[in-house]
Amino acid sequence: MTTTTSTTTTTSADTTGSATHDDGPSVAHHTLDHSNGASFLTTTIGTARRTILQFFRTPQLLVMGTVQGALFLFMFRYVFGGAISTGGAISYVDFLVPGFLVTTVLWTGMSAAAGVAEDATTGVYDRLRSLPIPRSAVMLGRALADTTLVSWGLLITGALGFALGFRTHASFGSIVMAIALMIICGFACTWVFIFLGLVSGSAQAAQGMSMLVIPFSFVSSANVPIQSMPGWMQPFAANQPITVMINATRSLMQGGTEAVGIDHSTGYWVALSLIWCAGIVAVFGTLCVSRFSRTK
Amino acid sequence: MSAIIEAYGLTKTFGEVRALDNLEFVAQSGRVTALLGPNGAGKTTFINAVATLLAPDSGELRVAGIDARTHPKQVRRIIGLAGQSASVEPAMTGRENLELVARLFGLDRRGAKLAAGDVLERLGLTEAQDRLVRTYSGGMRRRLDLGASLVGQPRLLLLDEPTTGLDPRSRMELWEAIRSLVADGTDVLLTTQYLEEADQLARDVVIIDHGHVIAAGTPDELKGKAGRDVIEVRPRTRAELPAIAELLQVVAAEPTRTDTDTKRVSAPVDGGAASLAIVVRMLDERGITVDDIGLRRPTLDEVFLTLTGQSIGSDSPADAA
Repeated sequence: MTTTTSTTTTTSADTTGSATHDDGPSVAHHTLDHSNGASFLTTTIGTARRTILQFFRTPQLLVMGTVQGALFLFMFRYVFGGAISTGGAISYVDFLVPGFLVTTVLWTGMSAAAGVAEDATTGVYDRLRSLPIPRSAVMLGRALADTTLVSWGLLITGALGFALGFRTHASFGSIVMAIALMIICGFACTWVFIFLGLVSGSAQAAQGMSMLVIPFSFVSSANVPIQSMPGWMQPFAANQPITVMINATRSLMQGGTEAVGIDHSTGYWVALSLIWCAGIVAVFGTLCVSRFSRTK
Repeated sequence: MSAIIEAYGLTKTFGEVRALDNLEFVAQSGRVTALLGPNGAGKTTFINAVATLLAPDSGELRVAGIDARTHPKQVRRIIGLAGQSASVEPAMTGRENLELVARLFGLDRRGAKLAAGDVLERLGLTEAQDRLVRTYSGGMRRRLDLGASLVGQPRLLLLDEPTTGLDPRSRMELWEAIRSLVADGTDVLLTTQYLEEADQLARDVVIIDHGHVIAAGTPDELKGKAGRDVIEVRPRTRAELPAIAELLQVVAAEPTRTDTDTKRVSAPVDGGAASLAIVVRMLDERGITVDDIGLRRPTLDEVFLTLTGQSIGSDSPADAA
């Protein structure tokens, strides 16, 4: 038999006959022993490493992200800063920088969405999904890599803030907690951007969709006190998750809620932030993994 | 001889479009099988089904005897996929890319290093192994991508239009790489819209259109389906075209065709080389000088044209998959 034709019934019948007795698993023994695929950990580390290398070895990504953050911080500090009253006991630069750091998490996430969309459309994810690896590990690898990049962004922006006159007014332990909280928030928000990247269909669309960063970033307590906003805007501005995270971070860094002019205790805001983070990870983590793992 | 891929009654619809429409075919182990068809014929959909990236709506699909619909994880252990675009990471070196995929296939650090080195050498990329892929040419990227699909030593290699967008030289290099793989006994299923590629690489060719198989066989068998061999004559001067047409009538099995633009007369013949000898002798007797004369087999393009009434190069409007 030299042809693979299916137009003749004999060919089909022959092969069906020989194949129907083999039920899936029993015939998989030709498989080489190494092809059981990578473990969850190996997959997570391997795919995370790829994303991190991509960022640090692509000068455009590295430089643009940093320059953009620096420009915004500089403008708010010097252009608007003089016109804004903090409502608390602290100076504007001390008010601004903690809020700005938290929103950095969002701005960094935008490029994550574009990166995921790129991987989804250029065949990278097709290859990964054709490999014998746990698919959820690919998503976790992406999230951890993006969290690393967010931490890098925080480091740069924080250093810049110091250069522009920002100072903390809290204990060392409290500062460490603030940094840890921001990284946790970064990890949580990353899942939202990964999801946007997965559903967007193209890097441009992903970039467009992640414009939703703008209301969350600006209609928040990041740059101005909520009380200065019009009444109809305040309920959203005061209760949306980014504001909660900013309030927690700012209170941790500047010595309590009273010093930064908000209600409740620092512990309240930190706990609420962590609840938000857990909720976001639960919802978007599940969405991402099921979206990535699904067979069309 | 065992079957590496068996598809029976495979159907997959995307909204209104039937990307696979009762597709049936069997690919034998130990050779290259080419899936040939125009854009939107369902080639990529089929490759993706075999690669367990999508699930058919109905029908049966077995890869090395494993039911791809019920045991996709086992199928993933024995396949290597190279998609339409080179999906290697530009910001990593060639070696890093291959080592990553090898690790994901389940090789340990040492094993991955060895496998990557071996593949780089086979694909002629050893010199470029430590350069970022960003600096590679298009052809080198495709070769590296091919390498990524085989660094885990899969039993079945799935290549979706492996040379699309490459210049002729890079295409030849990639063909060479694919040929050397087959010599090692790896089973290959490749899709292509280039007839020449199927002709060059594949032992078996399956022509599909609108999601189902319209013909299958070796390239020679398929060419036989397009009809007879053709004798083509190109005289020195246009004035001699009618005389040649008249002369070819003697051996022609069907009416001859005269193309005045290209100054050519062609005649389908049954006698093959014997007919050619007769024509040459008659031309000589009558003292007609020709620039070119030849016997040629139909191309796969003509096969496709004969079977579907359209050229393979023309874009199908239902270009969904």
